Amino acid sequence: MRPLTEAETRAVFEKLGKYIGENIQLLVDRPDGTYCFRLHRDRVYYLSEKLLKLAASVPRESLVAPGTCFGKFTKTQKFRLSVTALDFLAPYAKYKVWVKPGSEQSFLYGNHVLKSGLGRITENTAQYQGVVVYSMADVPLGFGVAAKSTQECRKVDPLAIVVFHQADVGEYVRNEDTLT
Amino acid sequence: VEAVLAAAEEQEAEKRRSITVEKELELEYDLGNLLAVDRNPPPAAALRGAGPQREALLRALARDNTQLLVSRLWELPAERAGGAGGPLVAQLPEPTFRLPREKPPPKPRPPTRWEQFARLKGIRRKKKTSLVWDEQAKEWRRRWGYRRAGGDPSRAWLAEVPASADPEEDQFARLRREKRERVARNELNRLRNLARAHRAGSAVPAAPLHPTGHQDRDELRRVARVARVSTASLGRFQPRLPKESAEPPSRSGGKKRRFEPLLGNLAAERSRQLELLRDMGSKKPVLDITRAVNKQLRQEEAEAAANKGKKQSKRGKRGRRQQRPGRSGKKSG
Repeated sequence: MRPLTEAETRAVFEKLGKYIGENIQLLVDRPDGTYCFRLHRDRVYYLSEKLLKLAASVPRESLVAPGTCFGKFTKTQKFRLSVTALDFLAPYAKYKVWVKPGSEQSFLYGNHVLKSGLGRITENTAQYQGVVVYSMADVPLGFGVAAKSTQECRKVDPLAIVVFHQADVGEYVRNEDTLT
Repeated sequence: VEAVLAAAEEQEAEKRRSITVEKELELEYDLGNLLAVDRNPPPAAALRGAGPQREALLRALARDNTQLLVSRLWELPAERAGGAGGPLVAQLPEPTFRLPREKPPPKPRPPTRWEQFARLKGIRRKKKTSLVWDEQAKEWRRRWGYRRAGGDPSRAWLAEVPASADPEEDQFARLRREKRERVARNELNRLRNLARAHRAGSAVPAAPLHPTGHQDRDELRRVARVARVSTASLGRFQPRLPKESAEPPSRSGGKKRRFEPLLGNLAAERSRQLELLRDMGSKKPVLDITRAVNKQLRQEEAEAAANKGKKQSKRGKRGRRQQRPGRSGKKSG
């Protein structure tokens, strides 16, 4: 386990910033404790200082996961956000998409969101903006990338993709063994 | 107790006495070199014959002279180095005593072949002016070099064929070849003179005689790195060359990566991350094209909606009015 280097921190913040914008400050600088990011086996974890001190005493080979995994660095050093970060993204999300009850299941199986399944979308969403997907009952289901801006969403036909799927809570069941 | 006190007083008196030294002749001081020269003749009788007496005399002599030198040193102006708590440092005057040479003086280099010939023939150097009047350009030009008088020799467009030369020969090529030969000959003679001087033993460096050819890039980089680190601060404050990388060279030569400690200063880490966020945030472009386009679309839609409403209401009123006279017109016609 080690702290992130400058370049790695930049990559992580840029990715997070796509979903929560400048609210990353609220993750870094929390009033209820000191939280930090640490890298363990190419995965980025978010943990409190207390947990960090406990995890530091665990040998590297035996340590499975300290804190919450936000994502991992791929072989070519690109940062990929995983669904386990959803709990931290959802409260601070800037652009949200609500999905109709009929196509919730489809999204949770890993499919993209079509125009016919789109319930609501935040105003001023740009194209390819990172969005967090909610059900109509305001339960966060996952996150993705807006395929069309809000304006275009209104004009496009019902079978067009409006949100590209990136991660959903169904992965907790589907990818049980690979998730940390 | 009184005996002890008396003994202590005697010791003190002894010490005070030993600070002052009496000499017939004053010593000559060169405080810049911390030198004191004693010209007093020592008692010759005592110095004859090596023995403990001689040793004791010499020792006493050395002690007295050192005492005089040190008392002179204490009279120099002194200041505290490094602020109030630092050591007291005396400011020595300039040294006056010329120390003799450590090594023998260098031999003069032997005259070159041309120098020998010139001396033989009595040829002396003519002082030449640096600028020459160029009639063509009507101004003062250099004798040689950039923009020389007589034009650029590489751009000479005319080369006369001398009467004694082969008419088929390329004169330009000949000129170029001759220049190359001259340059090579000069270089050869220069190196020969250098070798001769070096062999004769004068202090000429032999490095030009053993050229290594072009240094390859890795060697140059290594040499540059060594040069950079060869300062008193080990290269920490050296300015960077324009194309050098900005990271300081790692001590292990780039083999091992070094990271921040795991449980380092968390507050510092947090402030660094906030700084990074601030930098990243400020660099975002002010004009986001897609947002601008969307805004434009929205405006157009709103306008279109407003116009639609207006047109419908206007046409309705005018249409009815226009239609009525038309109909009545037709009926009448």
